[in-house]
Amino acid sequence: MIQADLSVILPEIVLALFAMFALLAAVYTGKDKLGVPLVWATGGLMAVLAIWIATTGQGTNVAFNGMFVDDGFARFAKVTILLSAAAVLVMSQDYMARRDLLRFEYPLLVALAAVGMMMMVSAGDLMALYMGLELQSLALYVVASLRRDSVKSTEAGLKYFVLGALSSGLLLYGASLVYGYAGTTLFSGIIETAQHGHVTLGLLFGLIFLISGLAFKVSAVPFHMWTPDVYEGSPTPVTAFFATAPKMAAMGLFARVMHDAFGLAVADWSQVIALLSLLSMFLGAVAAIGQRDIKRLMAFSSIAHMGYALMGLAAGTQFGVQALLVYMAIYVTMNVGTFAFILMLEKDGKPVTDITALNSYAKREPAKALAMLILLFSLAGVPPMLGFFGKFYVLRAAYDAGLAWLAVAGVIASVIGAFYYLRIVYYMYFGEEGEELESNSSPVLWGFLMASAAVMVLGIVNMFGVEGAAAAAAATLVN
Amino acid sequence: MDNLLSIVTFIPALAAVILALFLRGEDEAAQRNAKWAALFATTITFLVSIGIYTGFDPNNTGFQMVEEREWLLGLKYKMGVDGISVLFVMLTTFIMPLTILASWDVKTRVKEYMIAFLLLETLMLGVFMALDLVLFYLFFEAGLIPMFLIIGIWGGANRIYASFKFFLYTFLGSVLMLVAMVAMFADAGTTDIETLLTHQFASESFSILGIHILGGMQTLLFLAFFASFAVKMPMWPVHTWLPDAHVQAPTAGSVVLAAILLKMGGYGFLRFSLPMFPVGAEVMADLILWMSAIAIVYTSLVAMVQEDMKKLIAYSSVAHMGFVTMGIFAANQQGIDGAIFQMLSHGFISAALFLCVGVIYDRMHTRDIDAYGGLVIRMPAYALVFMFFTMGNVGLPGTSGFVGEFLTLMGVFQVNTWVAAVAATGVIFSAGYALWLYRRVVFGDLIKESLKAITDMNSRERLIFAPLVVMTLLLGVYPALVTDIIGPSTEALISNFDASLAAAGDYAAPKMAASH
Repeated sequence: MIQADLSVILPEIVLALFAMFALLAAVYTGKDKLGVPLVWATGGLMAVLAIWIATTGQGTNVAFNGMFVDDGFARFAKVTILLSAAAVLVMSQDYMARRDLLRFEYPLLVALAAVGMMMMVSAGDLMALYMGLELQSLALYVVASLRRDSVKSTEAGLKYFVLGALSSGLLLYGASLVYGYAGTTLFSGIIETAQHGHVTLGLLFGLIFLISGLAFKVSAVPFHMWTPDVYEGSPTPVTAFFATAPKMAAMGLFARVMHDAFGLAVADWSQVIALLSLLSMFLGAVAAIGQRDIKRLMAFSSIAHMGYALMGLAAGTQFGVQALLVYMAIYVTMNVGTFAFILMLEKDGKPVTDITALNSYAKREPAKALAMLILLFSLAGVPPMLGFFGKFYVLRAAYDAGLAWLAVAGVIASVIGAFYYLRIVYYMYFGEEGEELESNSSPVLWGFLMASAAVMVLGIVNMFGVEGAAAAAAATLVN
Repeated sequence: MDNLLSIVTFIPALAAVILALFLRGEDEAAQRNAKWAALFATTITFLVSIGIYTGFDPNNTGFQMVEEREWLLGLKYKMGVDGISVLFVMLTTFIMPLTILASWDVKTRVKEYMIAFLLLETLMLGVFMALDLVLFYLFFEAGLIPMFLIIGIWGGANRIYASFKFFLYTFLGSVLMLVAMVAMFADAGTTDIETLLTHQFASESFSILGIHILGGMQTLLFLAFFASFAVKMPMWPVHTWLPDAHVQAPTAGSVVLAAILLKMGGYGFLRFSLPMFPVGAEVMADLILWMSAIAIVYTSLVAMVQEDMKKLIAYSSVAHMGFVTMGIFAANQQGIDGAIFQMLSHGFISAALFLCVGVIYDRMHTRDIDAYGGLVIRMPAYALVFMFFTMGNVGLPGTSGFVGEFLTLMGVFQVNTWVAAVAATGVIFSAGYALWLYRRVVFGDLIKESLKAITDMNSRERLIFAPLVVMTLLLGVYPALVTDIIGPSTEALISNFDASLAAAGDYAAPKMAASH
């Protein structure tokens, strides 16, 4: 029996063992000299695991008496998580190395965070959920303050830790309430306590606390306050990481808990999530208008995008989950490209994050500016970029579920949000001659930027098959 | 050829990609190559598109040369033309080489400029050919991106404001249409326009938040589409982005904007609003007719007091588009024929007028009417051309401008005499502002020192105007050239419209019941 269980979680075990052995090896040998090879090794291993999971995963496998579920949904999320984590890791190598930040712990913490995320999306039990979440969070707290001698970075890590601990507390409290009223921590047991499409009052309290904790992790309004500060303070590669894989993991976990544990009481949570979605879309759109710092701007942008993704979840349908997955896959791809661009911005060897520094960037770097232009329009949801299709999916899901008002609100927020994306275009293309940024074209960053932009344009032909995969994944979660 | 429509649509995009990938450098030679490549591509597009025109059978009222492929999420890649759209396709391919020629003096970022225009052409052609809701939306919205860049990069002094206003204004209008499209998709289960044209959307009245909505679902959908197309047209009172965009855009940008982009609104009304939501259209018709009448009179009056030539012509465009919406929502044969005719004719005439402004702007770098006067002495050929198109704008019989105005007025007269009467005064005002503009710019004494050395049009400029003159005259004296093609399709449109109105029955019934 234990052998069958272990074979289900083999990818997680491989990654965890790799991280621990590499940690030992690095401590006893070259220490930070091993940073660069470890980055590539970790990134490579993650990519291999992603391909492995994508190609060999079959059916739904349950391990440890239902604590751990490996189904199509989990696999879709894991592949997205691993690929984006690998991409961000590889992208950060040059940036970190030149600033002497590339300690050997960095890739290993990212790997451990990835293990946590894989646990999260596969959780079939409140305990497993919490375990995955904390493993991920602890690793993330540390990487947020990776730049030890910078006040901002330390502050970011501390803020993230304190608020994260608070949200974990909320989540735990909710979990204990749910356990108390349902009598079990297994999702498959909790779901059976719902009657006539509703849960009992006690469970409802637990559910709301759970949602609060999860909303913190996806940085949905009103639990978003940490996001701008942490995004701004962390070293840029870490910000890139925050904006991609953990978002996918948290969103996957969110959908997992809602559908697996409370799937028979959709009416109880869909309105709460619809509200989170509405607030996130509008706050993300409005608050970003005043931002000059591109990292803070991306923080608000990601809050808004989480709002759209939550729209798919709020629908509470199978198509809604499919829309959520498609949206997240597109979102992650866009953000990888956007952060590749941000990582290339520097002056006198120092990173630049002020968007006014982009003045007349298009004249000096037409190719990069064009790629960024495509990504920005995609982020704004303007067709024909792929970002539009993400929006179209969630709008469709929301409308079909009777949330037409949310769809209307969402598109209006997207117009407001378009303004700040356009403003970056404005600086790049219409701006006056300003101070010149250095042209740092690390081929890796350049490649990711171009690939991401190309995906946004060429993806409209068939989305590279992501649509079908997402549909299959959603079908395993909701049925 | 089976894929003729796709080929025509994507030739410019292909040329744009080739330019982007293979043309290097910013020197004289590279600029020349970019211009010639763009001219070559747009000309080829036009020549190939003649195949659409000759292959089109006007008596077949369905969609022709249809191509269909599966796409994402049950959407389709479906292209086709009918009597309503085919001439807009031709207008687009016809105008584009002229705009490239008109941009010959662009000096900055020539390659990007040409790429933007080529992509814009693909997107505009796609709008007129798309037979899938989402595909239509894709082309419709994507056109904003190149236009935003054209205004923002190559525009005038206040270009930033104009480009943002243009983008956000039209984007806000369109996203509501997107939600409506989602609703239609959910309701009909398909985004195929051909199927949706025969789909009967619910028209029972209902109340939302205490507001009684006559015509129910159809009216809501109609309003959502209306928000998009009314901004695009643009109709009074959501026209304010247009003067800004026109004034700041480079000449070629203004030409494309006036000649083609504005027509998307009218085309949208004819393709979606009227046939798909007849009840909604019926409910809103009176309001729209009056809005059109106000647009015609009000913007004509505003045009009279303009100091900037481009702004004047922009306001005159809004007035002329007022005739179009008026004709469309008269919903009879003359009205709709006239509306389409007016759009085509305005495509030639307004394009020519913006080019006329461009000619003297290139020489004097000002659009102030006061800066000119007496040009006829130094520029006789220019004076002649400008005179011709001024007369076209006024609607002189013999030019295409007359036919459109006359038909739309005749159409609306049968529906609402008062609207026709008010709109007819607009014809007089248009003569007022157009002739006054002409007098101030071209006639009078040549007293301004700066104008003493101005040169007449060169052969390139004459070459641009020649086809426009021919088309304006041809359509003016032989309008059957257009009406023969659009006639059968509009006839079918109207009979379908009337039939579905009758089928919808007494949509106001619940309200009556409630009031008793």
